[in-house]
Amino acid sequence: MNPFQPVGKALLGFLEATGKLALFTFISVSHCVRPPFYYRLLGRQMIDIGYYSLPVVGMTTLFAGMALGLQTYAGFSRFSAEGAIAKVVALGITRELGPVLAGLMVAGRIGAAMAAELGTMRVTEQIDALDTLSTNPFKYLIAPRIIAGLTMLPLLVFVGDIIGIFGGYIVSVYKLGFNPGVYISQTFKVLEFVDVFSGLVKAATFGFIVTLMGCYNGYNSRGGAQGVGAATTNAVVSASILILIFNYIITELFLAA
Amino acid sequence: MTAPKIKLTDVHKRFGEKVVLDGIDLEVAPGESLVIIGGSGSGKSVTLKCILDLLTPDSGSIEIDGESLTGMGRSDRERINRKFGMLFQGAALFDSLPVWENVAFGLIQGHRMNRSEAKEIALEKLAAVGLGAEVGELSPAELSGGMQKRVGLARAIATEPEIIFFDEPTTGLDPIMGDVINDLIVKCVKELGATALSITHDMASARKISDHIAMLYKGKIIWIGQTADIDNSGEPHVDQFIHGRAEGPIQMELRQL
Ligand SMILES: Nc1ncnc2c1ncn2[C@@H]1O[C@H](COP(=O)(O)OP(=O)(O)O)[C@@H](O)[C@H]1O
Ligand SMILES: [Mg+2]
Repeated sequence: MNPFQPVGKALLGFLEATGKLALFTFISVSHCVRPPFYYRLLGRQMIDIGYYSLPVVGMTTLFAGMALGLQTYAGFSRFSAEGAIAKVVALGITRELGPVLAGLMVAGRIGAAMAAELGTMRVTEQIDALDTLSTNPFKYLIAPRIIAGLTMLPLLVFVGDIIGIFGGYIVSVYKLGFNPGVYISQTFKVLEFVDVFSGLVKAATFGFIVTLMGCYNGYNSRGGAQGVGAATTNAVVSASILILIFNYIITELFLAA
Repeated sequence: MTAPKIKLTDVHKRFGEKVVLDGIDLEVAPGESLVIIGGSGSGKSVTLKCILDLLTPDSGSIEIDGESLTGMGRSDRERINRKFGMLFQGAALFDSLPVWENVAFGLIQGHRMNRSEAKEIALEKLAAVGLGAEVGELSPAELSGGMQKRVGLARAIATEPEIIFFDEPTTGLDPIMGDVINDLIVKCVKELGATALSITHDMASARKISDHIAMLYKGKIIWIGQTADIDNSGEPHVDQFIHGRAEGPIQMELRQL
């Protein structure tokens, strides 16, 4: 057998999958920007993604900020630079940890749920039923989810940023005995608009990735309960990997700018 | 002779290597009720889905009221789709919506009717299939299989379509409930004066709801005729199927033990 055959086959499969995803993305986005819009459904998705993810994102960023504060102290005190805790926490949370952690948590919470819901609708023919009732599933199911992800993640991350910085504050003030006023003034002094803004751009991108992968895998699932399970796993794994890849790319772009 | 309501000419469809439809020719006259019979996996659902535009045939033409569906623009396609009502095999009710909203879905989304007006009609249609207004407030998951089928039927007739499709309406129901559904189908189709195309492998149901029966085997229509003639078809495949015999020209694709 030709040793290149499996390689070629894998490559073709990869190209086909990429093309399919690109087409799906294009159709989804075109429905996101063209009326009519289903405001009721959009509202429900926004609440589900934005409001109900708050506890998870809040907890994650709080403890991330606290750990970051401790680590910075442990590391920087070796150079007698422990005064930099507030700055490291503020920059680390807003630029990296806030968006990435929120993105990953929402991938687990929302991406999985979307893939499972749409996957179940697919295998029970509910998506076909939508079509026969003169309702485009992209408009009715997918557009509201993607718009909600795109708009709610930045909000979530913004709140997460504040909570994360507060986590660093708790550790510095109550455990390490730093002056609270100094901590806060240093935080404000170091933070620039672009730090927060780049984090929010990341958040919007991750919101798009998570909802897109959830919808894509759910919409294309087949083969009963097992297929829905596979779609759910794929949605979370692919969204998580893409989040980390795009996190790097956006970081690079902002540093270059 | 009147023009056929539905006309399929030489329709082919395959999935990968697997040929499912291998040249289907079929005509359904206005007001007629045609049932397609055939074994599980013979492509009955695929045939319906090709007509409904849920799948695209590889070749061949499908005409509705003399208009060819191939290459039809989106708005024309939507206009044609509004002539259709469909009862899915598993009912395919939307489990995120209460029963009445399921029934009213086509009116609210497809026909842009306001909700209170649509609800009134939905409750009328529920009554027509023997379900009270209190059922309208339940969620589909709270209903038995037979009730779900009835709601599916109410949803299919709610927009008073010209053509109604039934995918295995009695499969999975006990014989008595199956017969109740058969009676409802006959009554609803007659009241609407609609054209009906059903698929089933339940002969009792086929005899009851059809004027004509067609048999699908190996991707082709091998016999079509008046329901009354089915017992004297002179076609051994049909004879074997309607009597449910294991021996005969139709060989199940089973490996020998
Ligand atoms: N979307 C699809 N992708 C691949 N194969 C399919 C698809 N839909 C149906 N098939 C295959 O086509 C054949 C006919 O299916 P179907 O029309 O559902 O049978 P039935 O006559 O029982 O309704 C089956 O073997 C099924 O596996
Ligand atoms: Mg079927």
